[in-house]
Amino acid sequence: MSLKDEQRAHVLKALHADLRYDGRKKESFRKVIVEYDISKSAEGSARVKIGDTEVLAGVKVAIETPYPDTPEQGSLMVNAELLPLSSARFEPGPPSTEAVELARVVDRGIRESAAIDTKKLCIAKGEKVWMVMIDICTINDAGNLIDASSLASLAALKQARFPEYDGKKIDFMTKTKNPIPLLKEPIAITVFKIEDQLFVDPLRDEEDVMDARLTVTTTADGKICALQKGGNGILTIEDIDAMTQLAMEKSEELREKLE
Amino acid sequence: MTYKKRLDGRAVDETRKISAKVGIIKNAQGSAVFQIGATTAIAAVYGPRELHPKFLQNPDTGVLRCNYNMMPFSGHGERVRPGQNRRAKEISMVTEQALAPALNLKNFPNAVVDVFIELPQTDAGTRCAGICAASMALADAGFEMKDLVVAIAVGRVDDHLVADLNYDEESYECDAGVADIPVAMLANSGEITLLQDDGDITAQQLKEALQLAKKVGKKIYEVQKQALKEKFTGEEK
Amino acid sequence: MSDGELLVKEKEIVVPGEELARGLGFLPSKGTYRNGESIRANRLGLVEIDGKVIKLVSLSGCYLPKAGDVIITQVFDITFSGWRLDTATAYPAMLGMKDATSDYINRGADLTSYFKLGDYLVVKIINVTSQNLIDVTLKGPGLRKLQGGRIFKVNPNKVPRIIGKQGSMVSMIKLATNCKIIVGQNGLIWIEGTPQEEKVAVDTILMIEREAHKSGLTDRVKAYLEKETGKVIENNPPVQR
Repeated sequence: MSLKDEQRAHVLKALHADLRYDGRKKESFRKVIVEYDISKSAEGSARVKIGDTEVLAGVKVAIETPYPDTPEQGSLMVNAELLPLSSARFEPGPPSTEAVELARVVDRGIRESAAIDTKKLCIAKGEKVWMVMIDICTINDAGNLIDASSLASLAALKQARFPEYDGKKIDFMTKTKNPIPLLKEPIAITVFKIEDQLFVDPLRDEEDVMDARLTVTTTADGKICALQKGGNGILTIEDIDAMTQLAMEKSEELREKLE
Repeated sequence: MTYKKRLDGRAVDETRKISAKVGIIKNAQGSAVFQIGATTAIAAVYGPRELHPKFLQNPDTGVLRCNYNMMPFSGHGERVRPGQNRRAKEISMVTEQALAPALNLKNFPNAVVDVFIELPQTDAGTRCAGICAASMALADAGFEMKDLVVAIAVGRVDDHLVADLNYDEESYECDAGVADIPVAMLANSGEITLLQDDGDITAQQLKEALQLAKKVGKKIYEVQKQALKEKFTGEEK
Repeated sequence: MSDGELLVKEKEIVVPGEELARGLGFLPSKGTYRNGESIRANRLGLVEIDGKVIKLVSLSGCYLPKAGDVIITQVFDITFSGWRLDTATAYPAMLGMKDATSDYINRGADLTSYFKLGDYLVVKIINVTSQNLIDVTLKGPGLRKLQGGRIFKVNPNKVPRIIGKQGSMVSMIKLATNCKIIVGQNGLIWIEGTPQEEKVAVDTILMIEREAHKSGLTDRVKAYLEKETGKVIENNPPVQR
């Protein structure tokens, strides 16, 4: 048996007993803490801690020319930095595949739920629109960066206020009272699978030996707006049904953490 | 326009509000956050670990490697593009040199000790805040250090010598201009390990400015000391 | 002697550069240095005063390999003559064929049939060079390849407290929880038991790691184990302060 198989078998034993390495049940999250406005330089920002995992998200805005096919719509950009400060696993340099996936999963949740009313980001049709940019920075990686990043991004968006704009220049030092126009609040929950065991909010030890995961992003009305299956393992239709159910339940729990 | 009173009402030798905390990043060997006004620096230490590429290895001692980075949303204006730029590269280098004199890595030949400094929000004085945080993180990590390193920007705004310039002071417009002088030193001996200057200053003013930095440095040392001690005494049940 | 002034108390936590004593009446020892009239800390540590001698006990810091230590390592490379092991330090260890097994191994034989990449081995350090090249052996009591269980890491400075005097602390945990536990000097710990048993054992070890520098540790550990396991723990083996 290879080392990974042994580690997997050991994690599996704990899952079967429904007593994970840190004492949790399969379906329970670690303690979730959301803090707002952790960076005065950003238009909006938030810190999310899930157990020992910590991420920051910050929102900045800019003015750009809209795409010709959507002259009245502003745009969204999500970027994730897996900082080497947050884990020995990460190295300085251009974004890794893991970082790109993380950013894209968060992006998809916000974009596909039409969370931001992009029409309201229009300043002058065909000429000027707001671009909303979210940057996610990891501070400590102890597993479940996707759920933490998604929650932090949403919290930062909720807290964000546009800076003053006089038609020529943005005065980033002066914030208005205008929030980012939000229509939906998408929350991502990732359900993990090892053999027949499903669980949420993995520790690193668990994430390292998973067979597959499914990130389910849902809005408050119970609709699924984005999915991402990860890992080399397979999922059956029954798995997916159970995973989405669990994800929806858990998303309500996380939703309560937002003010 | 002459500079009579400081823009935010501080005394000339008064810093903005300082706070610090140690042991904030579990994965790291040592870590700290240092806040001065609206500037926040987080530092994490990893290592000693194997140094690649191999030609950088030093058989006599471990090597300190610092990496200074502003988070994309931490700038005063537009979003800062991620990735190293020339400014970050230089600051990383002077940070290494500011910390190295305090640190003894002789026990770790060929290895590297990595210090990552991140800034979630900035309002001038970022390299100094980064050095203060890094120094605490290295102490937290348990390395041999003969002293902590403290850092503060001093300078001249119009005809006043002041400590801890904020962004508004750095960009203050007056005939005489502004001189911004980031200084780092060994906290107890006052020996200087970082010195840069942006702007006109006379030799006499520089001497006075450095005395001011030394005085303020003592206060910063007290904050660092408290934070380091609190990590071990603060969690009493 | 009165020609000196002590500025710190026993068990006080001090930081680099902090003045511990003034005057020539005191002597600097481990973790401290003399700077003119003063004795100062050259690291973060806990003050221990023995008469006129001042030393510091480390609270943090990485593991420095030394001969005789038993450590937990992981195979990361296989060469013609043996295995290279990750020691959770900046320096790999070398396990030669002769030190790995009494079997006769042919030149060029497939060494993976003994140990594969990723295997965890409990080894003893036999030699450390000035450049921190580490030679280890698998020959000796308790030295072996680990199977099953899991590995976690603690602050290596706390290992002596986790092990306890003559192994008293770790024995107490093993007895109370029925777990198999091996504590490497490099801060890696291997543990195997049922999920319930492991949970108690790991929590106990993490508590020791957190509170190692505070007094009354053994009593707290004992009380914790009794509460969690419902067992009564005898006061022997000898218990340290």
